Amino acid sequence: MYTVNHNLKHVAEEFMANPIGHHSPELQRVLMVFRGEPLKGKYVLVCTKPFKEWQLATLTGMRDKPIKLVKGKVFNSIEDAEREVFRLRWKKHTGHELNL
Amino acid sequence: MAKAVGQILGYSDKISVAVGETIDFMVSCERATSYNAEIRRIINGDPNPKGPGYKETTVSTAANGTYKGRKQFSYAGSYGVVPHCKLLDQLNSFSFVTAIWPTTPMKGEQVIVAHWDEHNAKGFQLCIDESGGLSLVLGNGHKKDSIGTSTSLLEREWYLVGCSYDAKSRKAMVYQCPMKNYGSEVSAETSKTIRFKRHIAAGMPLTIAATIARTVKKRKTTTKHFNGKIDSPRLANCSLTQAEMHYFLHDRSPQQHRSTLVAAWDFSLDITDTKISDISANGLHGDVFNLPARAMTGCNWTGEILDWTIAPDQYGAIHFHDDDFYDCEWEVDFSLTIPRHMKSGCYAAYLSSDDGEDYIPFFVRSAKGQAKEKICYLAQTASYMAYANYQAAPNAQFMELLMGRLVEIHPWEEYLSGHPQFGASLYDVHSDGSGVCYSSRLRPMINMRPGVQHATSAGSGLWAYNADTHLTGWLEHEGLSFDVITDEDIHEDGLQALSDYNVVITGTHPEYTTKNMWNALYSFTQQGGRLMYMGGNGFYWHTAYHNSLPGVIEVRRGEDGTRNWRSQPGESYHSFDGDYSCLWRHHGKAPQSIAGTGFIAQGFDTCSYYRRTPESEDPRISWAFDGISTDELIGNFGLQGGGAAGLEVDIADRSLGTPPHALTVAKSEDLTDNYLLVNEEQVLATPIQIATANPLIRADLVFYETPNGGAVFSFSSIAWCGSLPSHNYNNNVARLTGNILRRFANDEPFALPTR
Repeated sequence: MYTVNHNLKHVAEEFMANPIGHHSPELQRVLMVFRGEPLKGKYVLVCTKPFKEWQLATLTGMRDKPIKLVKGKVFNSIEDAEREVFRLRWKKHTGHELNL
Repeated sequence: MAKAVGQILGYSDKISVAVGETIDFMVSCERATSYNAEIRRIINGDPNPKGPGYKETTVSTAANGTYKGRKQFSYAGSYGVVPHCKLLDQLNSFSFVTAIWPTTPMKGEQVIVAHWDEHNAKGFQLCIDESGGLSLVLGNGHKKDSIGTSTSLLEREWYLVGCSYDAKSRKAMVYQCPMKNYGSEVSAETSKTIRFKRHIAAGMPLTIAATIARTVKKRKTTTKHFNGKIDSPRLANCSLTQAEMHYFLHDRSPQQHRSTLVAAWDFSLDITDTKISDISANGLHGDVFNLPARAMTGCNWTGEILDWTIAPDQYGAIHFHDDDFYDCEWEVDFSLTIPRHMKSGCYAAYLSSDDGEDYIPFFVRSAKGQAKEKICYLAQTASYMAYANYQAAPNAQFMELLMGRLVEIHPWEEYLSGHPQFGASLYDVHSDGSGVCYSSRLRPMINMRPGVQHATSAGSGLWAYNADTHLTGWLEHEGLSFDVITDEDIHEDGLQALSDYNVVITGTHPEYTTKNMWNALYSFTQQGGRLMYMGGNGFYWHTAYHNSLPGVIEVRRGEDGTRNWRSQPGESYHSFDGDYSCLWRHHGKAPQSIAGTGFIAQGFDTCSYYRRTPESEDPRISWAFDGISTDELIGNFGLQGGGAAGLEVDIADRSLGTPPHALTVAKSEDLTDNYLLVNEEQVLATPIQIATANPLIRADLVFYETPNGGAVFSFSSIAWCGSLPSHNYNNNVARLTGNILRRFANDEPFALPTR
């Protein structure tokens, strides 16, 4: 299986510059791993103020109560939320902080 | 909708009404003791600050006013009921035998059959218990006793299950026997003498797949719903042995057992209906409630016949689910008789209480034969129903991969998660993982509301009903008067519903099409009518409305197609009408044959633009580009994903029915690799199913003339209408759409080109 390693920092830089849209094949490969994570614990955004504010949350995998808000992770732009989730997943998959 | 979702909710008995007709509204308030109702015309349901803004107007009607609030209840979960009768009340000794295919045997107590009085602990229930095995519960009016096999059943395997009780000896027995021989699974039987003499649940109905819990406001509620299939339940008036149970179940001529037979329900009869028929001499017929899935393969299905109409005897199973749903059955709170001054259009009853608000959308159509306008807006109500109460965003693992961005959850999705009593959409799976194949509008369709956002598009995030308000908002802005006709009207009235109009203009995603709808719309284009197909992935799923139950559709997700779940083998034919339920493409009627273009790819991260082709300069269509230069990019802006081409997109394909003289006047470019080729275009899996590697992945603007002066123009993208409101409706998407609509509304016939 393909795994993400910390040497792919140039790929992370590409993501930070444009989190949503055209991506290089190398970045797409990383995002398949990140976005293909299992349902339980997966990050989602809860829209708290339409078009203005989103809070990070994780999914529980339980149909009756599927969402758990992550305290303090509130964003005014979806792109910034994407960047933060990318950092969190980078740490989880590579074991390294992504200082971008 | 700033107030909390779910504090006040409602639905209507109809979705399409004409002047003089009456529509009833049913409302439930969680806490509020009063609420205000107002009829509003919905113009633009998109509150996106980058667009022209949300717009609606209040209509003065006799229904506007303050009403008393009350809580009304909704119950999910399907079951069968055989009404109380003397025979059941006299059944001292008995045996019950059936075949079951459990789907959640470890989910806790689930009733297979019950003749039970919960309040007085009387009668019997054959259940799956906490062990996942079979158990029989008996009551004597004070207390319960039970026996169980304590041997868990395997999921999705057929078993013969049975129980017996001899009143004289008080001996009870339960028995389960797997029908497939793995070698490792064996049958289990337990018997014992019950501590007391069982009392009969006199006066109670017999229930299948649930038991009656209590009565709330004259309505019996059920509990302990069974997930799975039940086939050929039979009841005898004596205690049968194991061997007799096998003979009793597998003998397909129950009349042979006249001396002991009380009832033999044959679910292979009445498949299109809600009846369940007893084929014994006793006529203990019943009904099923909340639409369990019928036309399901039975324990005797051989796999040689895939169509239940050919071998109904192999389709004697009903699949019950604890979250099946048909009708809230709420009492009417207020009604509206459509006054003359309400012109055809998109409306809603707006409800507001101190703590909540809701909209109940409906459409006012012209009465049959009384078209007022030349433009007919086709409200795709079948597709709205298909998506009603869609719950994939927080529940489906694939969503973020599909979206190419983080999944955005909105308040209505959070609300639905805690309220399964309002049923799910045709995109969801039941709690046991099997697909939802029926969807009703007799419930609050919580996501079919103006102002509601979905996860499925970036930017405005509108889908289906609300996305279509981008189109109606533009029509109203342009002063282009239109009548509304809904899918249901075309399904019921056929071509008559359309024939007075010059042009039919669809919404963004007319995906669900019945045979009547397909025939009417196609005939319209062949008899001089003009069709503007404003969306993507249209005319895709072969859909059925129920013949007698109002407001419910069925789709089976057959062997092919882009779908969230797939039908089980042998279960691809509608129970409602016996038609093969798959893509229209597999009926030889691909979307290209009715609209010139058909589904090719989907992606949900961003949307893109179109570039004109040399064919756009052909005099047959060049008029449409009046005011648009040949090198101008079309729709490189938009409220849905930032472009006019995207979300779900279509292309022309001669081999699938695009007319030979069709002109492809523009093609999209630059879709991202989140756009993937649809399943039905892939005969085998190859790596080139991404947009930058596959030139098929694009959207085509296609025009062609049809016989008798008609024409078709297809925009081939769900996102197209999301670009209409950009720059305050002053843009080339709006210009192109307007040029075409004005010409299509004109009486002057189109001439077919000659070779």
